[in-house]
Amino acid sequence: MTGATHAAPAAASGAAPSGPLAARAEILAFLVMAGLLAALPLTGLIYPYFLMQALCFAIFACAFNLLIGYVGLLSFGHAMFLGTGGYIAAHTAKVWGFPPELAILAGLAAAGAIGAVVGLLAIRRQGIYFAMTTLALSQMVYFVYLQAPFTHGEDGIQSVPQGRLFGLFDLSQQQTFYYVVLAVFLIAFLLIRRIVNSPFGDILKAIRENEPRAISLGYRTERYKLMAFVLSATLAGLAGSVKALVAQNASLTDVHWTMSGEVVLMCLVGGLGTIFGPVIGAVVIIAMQQYLAGFGQWVLVIQGVIFIACVLAFRRGIVGEIIAFAQWRSAEKR
Amino acid sequence: MQALYGQLVVGLINGSFYALLSLGLAVIFGMLNIINFAHGAFYMMGAFAAYFLLNWAGLGYWWALVLAPLMVGAVGVLVERTMLQWLTGLDHLYGLLLTFGLALVIQGVFQNEFGSSGLPYAIPAELRGAQNLGFMFLPNYRAWVIVFSLVVCLATWFVIERTKLGAYLRAATERPELVRAFGIDVPRMITLTYGFGVALAALAGVLAAPINQVRPLMGADFIIVVFAVVVIGGMGSIMGSIVTGFALGLIEGLTKYFYPEASSTVVFVIMAIVLLVKPNGLFGRTA
Repeated sequence: MTGATHAAPAAASGAAPSGPLAARAEILAFLVMAGLLAALPLTGLIYPYFLMQALCFAIFACAFNLLIGYVGLLSFGHAMFLGTGGYIAAHTAKVWGFPPELAILAGLAAAGAIGAVVGLLAIRRQGIYFAMTTLALSQMVYFVYLQAPFTHGEDGIQSVPQGRLFGLFDLSQQQTFYYVVLAVFLIAFLLIRRIVNSPFGDILKAIRENEPRAISLGYRTERYKLMAFVLSATLAGLAGSVKALVAQNASLTDVHWTMSGEVVLMCLVGGLGTIFGPVIGAVVIIAMQQYLAGFGQWVLVIQGVIFIACVLAFRRGIVGEIIAFAQWRSAEKR
Repeated sequence: MQALYGQLVVGLINGSFYALLSLGLAVIFGMLNIINFAHGAFYMMGAFAAYFLLNWAGLGYWWALVLAPLMVGAVGVLVERTMLQWLTGLDHLYGLLLTFGLALVIQGVFQNEFGSSGLPYAIPAELRGAQNLGFMFLPNYRAWVIVFSLVVCLATWFVIERTKLGAYLRAATERPELVRAFGIDVPRMITLTYGFGVALAALAGVLAAPINQVRPLMGADFIIVVFAVVVIGGMGSIMGSIVTGFALGLIEGLTKYFYPEASSTVVFVIMAIVLLVKPNGLFGRTA
């Protein structure tokens, strides 16, 4: 556990507090989240399909937040990793007859490989140039998928078989599949938490706060940034692969740049740089899209308004505001 | 051969739009330190303003050329006063995110009103027809777009790099407090600069209206190519955006002739190569 790094309202982060107390609160929150997600489908109130979708996007948002929240890199092209994971998993499962675990692994590996190439190019620029570079490269990937024969262009890859995981779990059973997705989500979440709280994570945070100083301390910051980028891309690919099996299709919407914007919105609403923020943000945004679907294109307008409101008045996001409130309370008590 | 020249002209036309749009982005970035993600939406609004002026007020193309940039520029001024102003001093990323949200709102509203299909806008009577250049027919309107945008670009370059007003502008980007001490209203200059950059985008939209159809999403994917142009050119110099804009339009046109499959990605491929060789862009200042 690291010492108390003071929560400065830094660049693009809500800067979560650390220390033994916060760690205990985090573990408690994690257990509540896991219990709640495990119990929800049993209540019959919410469709398991919707929950699975929300969990896939939560993985995606957590992966994205690893970069923006802990390294301070705004990637505006993360849709390419989500989409790559989806297309490769869908193709290998459907055409090559891969079992689900191998299909997911293939999607994840492909996203990681593209992440390495894109990361190598993009980390040469910083700040908004980094954002524009990732955006442009992801648009290039979009055009490749639009024209490549195996993706079937506008139609996408349809009716992807779900198969049996490890030959044991029949994923066409929705209940079974839900708990598999939940397990994948919880593992990914804990992995990200582990990364963030490791010495490696501390170096990432140091780069976010002051890159020149990290360089002067002798760290090859480019390597750390690249590693974080590849990790984030791989996890985004995991989200895409699982999502393709859940939805049984892979299509261009997942690669289009509007999806990259959506994941930014999820993290912004939930709270950038907080570990639970992206999860809450993803659930809120996906729920909004689900329940406001009747408004058609107005959903986009509403999303835009939320974007503007978050940037102008609400930069810490839901979880960030809660943490700030808790800190304010404990400061009052003292 | 005819087809090659045709694609070159199309390339130059697209190049003029790239140049006008990346020039506006550069001007805005210089003063506000904001990547204006709503630029594509303002470009679309320029085209729609021309359409409204014609169909609701009966004012034709030449009026639109003047009035549409003024109208959309006024919207830009309003946006700067009510929203962007509050972001000064924050990380650049927030400006990008705010204008992204703004683009979603503007495009969403237009999509709700007009659907996704295009509205026609006729070429003005004075510019119909074509010139026979011996080796090809050059439509008058296309020639006009290329020449006119080149003139606007060079005029902007001249004002910023060679006049006193431009000197103030450039000084204010470096040392705003010092310029304010000379009695210049820097916040108003920032507001007007944003309005001007937005007006440039709207002007490109008016020029595009008779060529492309007027559609709510006409700027959405286009702007990402412009971002790639900006990364290639490096946003340090005004001339950089003009030269890179036209050059990339030409390269795109050539690709469309020789290897059409790659025409939509060639700009991004060039961006990747430039990033490998010169990370700061071709005309960029070394940071």
